[in-house]
Amino acid sequence: MQEVTRATAASRFALASAIVLVMVLAAAPYWGSTASLRLLGEIMVYLALASLWNLLAGFTGLVSIGQQAYVGFGGYMLFTICISLGWNPLYAIPIAALVAAPISALVAVLVFRLNGAYFAIGTWVVAEVFRLGFAQMSSLGGGSGLSLPITVMREMASTKAEREALIYWAALLLGTGSITIVYLLLRSRIGLALTAIRDSEVASSSLGVSITRVKLLVYVAVAAATAMVGALVFMQKLRIAPNAAFSVTDWTAFVIFMVVIGGIGTIEGPIIGTLLYFVLRQFLADFGSIYLIVLGGLAILVMMVAPQGIWGFVANRWGLSLFPVGYRVKLQAMPAYNNGKENEYVGRNQAHRDVAAARRNR
Amino acid sequence: MDWVNGIVQGVLVGGLFALFATGLSLIFGVMRIVNIAHGDMIIACAYLAFTIIQLSGLHPLVSLLIVIPIASLVGYLLQTAILNRTLGKDILPPLLVTFGLSIIVQNGLLEVYSADSRRLAAGPIETGSFPLARGIDIGYLPLLTFLTAVVVVAGLQFVFYRTEIGRSFRAVSDDPETSQLMGLDNRKVYGLAMALCLAVVAIAGVFLATRSNFDPFMGPSRLIFGFEAVIIGGLGNLWGTLVGGVILGVAQAIGAQIDPGWQLLAGHIAFLVILAIRPEGLFPRGAR
Amino acid sequence: MSDVLLEIRDLDAFYGDAQALFLLSLALKRGEMLALIGANGAGKSTLLKSIAGLVANKRGEIKFQGRSIVRRHAFEIVAEGIALVPEGRKLFTSLSVEENLRLGGKVRRSGNWSLDAIYELFPVLKDKRNVPATLLSGGQQQMVAIGRALMSNPELLLIDELSLGLAPLVIKDIYDLLPKIVQNGLSAILVEQDVTRALRVASRFMCILEGRVSLEGKPADFSRDQVTAAYFGT
Repeated sequence: MQEVTRATAASRFALASAIVLVMVLAAAPYWGSTASLRLLGEIMVYLALASLWNLLAGFTGLVSIGQQAYVGFGGYMLFTICISLGWNPLYAIPIAALVAAPISALVAVLVFRLNGAYFAIGTWVVAEVFRLGFAQMSSLGGGSGLSLPITVMREMASTKAEREALIYWAALLLGTGSITIVYLLLRSRIGLALTAIRDSEVASSSLGVSITRVKLLVYVAVAAATAMVGALVFMQKLRIAPNAAFSVTDWTAFVIFMVVIGGIGTIEGPIIGTLLYFVLRQFLADFGSIYLIVLGGLAILVMMVAPQGIWGFVANRWGLSLFPVGYRVKLQAMPAYNNGKENEYVGRNQAHRDVAAARRNR
Repeated sequence: MDWVNGIVQGVLVGGLFALFATGLSLIFGVMRIVNIAHGDMIIACAYLAFTIIQLSGLHPLVSLLIVIPIASLVGYLLQTAILNRTLGKDILPPLLVTFGLSIIVQNGLLEVYSADSRRLAAGPIETGSFPLARGIDIGYLPLLTFLTAVVVVAGLQFVFYRTEIGRSFRAVSDDPETSQLMGLDNRKVYGLAMALCLAVVAIAGVFLATRSNFDPFMGPSRLIFGFEAVIIGGLGNLWGTLVGGVILGVAQAIGAQIDPGWQLLAGHIAFLVILAIRPEGLFPRGAR
Repeated sequence: MSDVLLEIRDLDAFYGDAQALFLLSLALKRGEMLALIGANGAGKSTLLKSIAGLVANKRGEIKFQGRSIVRRHAFEIVAEGIALVPEGRKLFTSLSVEENLRLGGKVRRSGNWSLDAIYELFPVLKDKRNVPATLLSGGQQQMVAIGRALMSNPELLLIDELSLGLAPLVIKDIYDLLPKIVQNGLSAILVEQDVTRALRVASRFMCILEGRVSLEGKPADFSRDQVTAAYFGT
């Protein structure tokens, strides 16, 4: 007698609370102050960036430190569309994705030629090329940048409060949407292929999984989504300049720290990491560079002591999974097999962690 | 003549880029890791020299006698205490740990030295030059930097291919399991490789700091220049890395002739073009 | 000092997560040559690697010259006087023949073996001293691997798959040289697919079946059928 299921009690509870939470968050413009709306919007931006980078590095093994290329690109797309075409800024979000996708595919052709570790720096070079390139474009303000005229913003909505709410809802959509899409992607055939790649590239290529195609697909999808986030970020900021748009610290370093501290290669990790980042920031932001040193030190510590991060540690300890991507086989006939502890065999998710742990214990 | 002069100066700057690159190439060759904090360590060495010079009044080039041993010791300790624990099949841990280090070094330097840019005063050789042809003056310092790069590459080549420690480096890189059967403690060999890398980093840092201003956030672009020189030259080939540095220097010089804003962009584009047409670099090791 | 060089008691060893050896015990006297036979995957290589320190996940006792080495690192065990010729030879690809040999002598134990002595044993290597080791023929590579191990002047030589992948004539040459290799009281444990040949040269043999000793003794004391039964577990 056995029954195959993905859900656990914890995951059903998590789903129910997530729905309630998203509904409460969606109503934030009606209950929150302008300041809290902005903070929530910023949290959503980082939730999206962290989930996306985690999909890239944690699940696909493409450790990019050049994602700021697409954040800045999305931002400049917003300014191009608003200023030269005079369209509603919100339209820039999907358009940024549509333009970023083919460009990122071209970039991939180049950077995929670099071996894993050098790939990281290669992506950084590309981001530098983007930064220096946009700094040369005088129509977009050159090196000193430009502001979004208020007339353009009025295209979106006439009052400031309405605009703030619209921008916030877009952020909420991107934040929750990124998490949902990563989750659904991992449950799909692509997720299966990613697990196979992570466990063994040789084995997965013999299974007929086209490693390069899956990697390319993920890289392009993440770049497109990151560009959408970029368009939104600079709608919040209303001002863009090359150094801020393509900042490795703001758009990649913080994101990496969030993901590593929260738990790389887990869906829950980036969420935990993002929240922790904002909590820490409340206490340490005044210290500026000290805050960065603390975050960097914390990330190194996590990588060395508990490489699966806070979430990996918690999940291993209590067998929790809020986003079950693997299957669980409930074994009813073989209680002796797992010492009667928990009457189920945790499938892929657990296997993931076992592989990762075995790798690191060596 | 401006163009020729620009290119000649670009060749000389290439020596500095090669100094950035050789350390990177060395540790990738031995340990298969890429140290994201490599550029920040170059800058940290520049600041170390700055402090030593302030305390002692030594000439920057003489200060190397103190900077090199300190940097090497730090490299050995860093490798044996931290980085060795991140080695394995998974490329994530070493990348992310060195990325964290990079941020820590940058902000640590900012805390200690502030964001002001500094420079090491090297006296007469700093501004002195001799004419090579009409309109082309060779500065003593750029020439010395280039010659130092040649000596460093030749020295590393000698260490790698003619000495016992170099044999150990290659053996550990070839097969880290069998190397232990030769009595090699891989962890110590890795530590020595990082120590050697940081000795070169110290030289690079001091030469950088004598020829241009530096500040705490200059590290990442030095990492990128070094990386580009490595890839252009071809992985695992030290002389190729020197050529890679020169090509990068010349590309930047040509870019700067067109428009000052194009200097860095031209270097990156040269790198991307070579990546597109010859991804294994100009002189890959396997081709020899 | 007793004449027992190597003593293994109740050794459990793991290859990955799977247990490869179960409570294995063994005593080897100075000057003895032990042939280790058994089917593929029986645990022969794991045993050699456990002795040499390449398998860390193990429990039980391994004593060499009366000192416990079960918790020691591979690089320390070489210095104690145990050298392993690994399966597949595992020469360093970026090192020349002579560099491979020199690296073998890195631990600098005193003894008769030197670069010259190795070249005298395998004259063909002298002509190829500056050639990258991996450009040699299989037989010559095996000579380098043996020479590299001997360069550490070991008391105990572990040879994993001496003849695997070599041409019959080359195998004969190497076996003819074996007495010279194990001269001066050197002890050896030899893992060999070719059971007949192994039993001919060894003073004692041990057959391993699924991680456990299935037969042990002097080759002359057992019939071919007895050995076959122990080998296949029938």
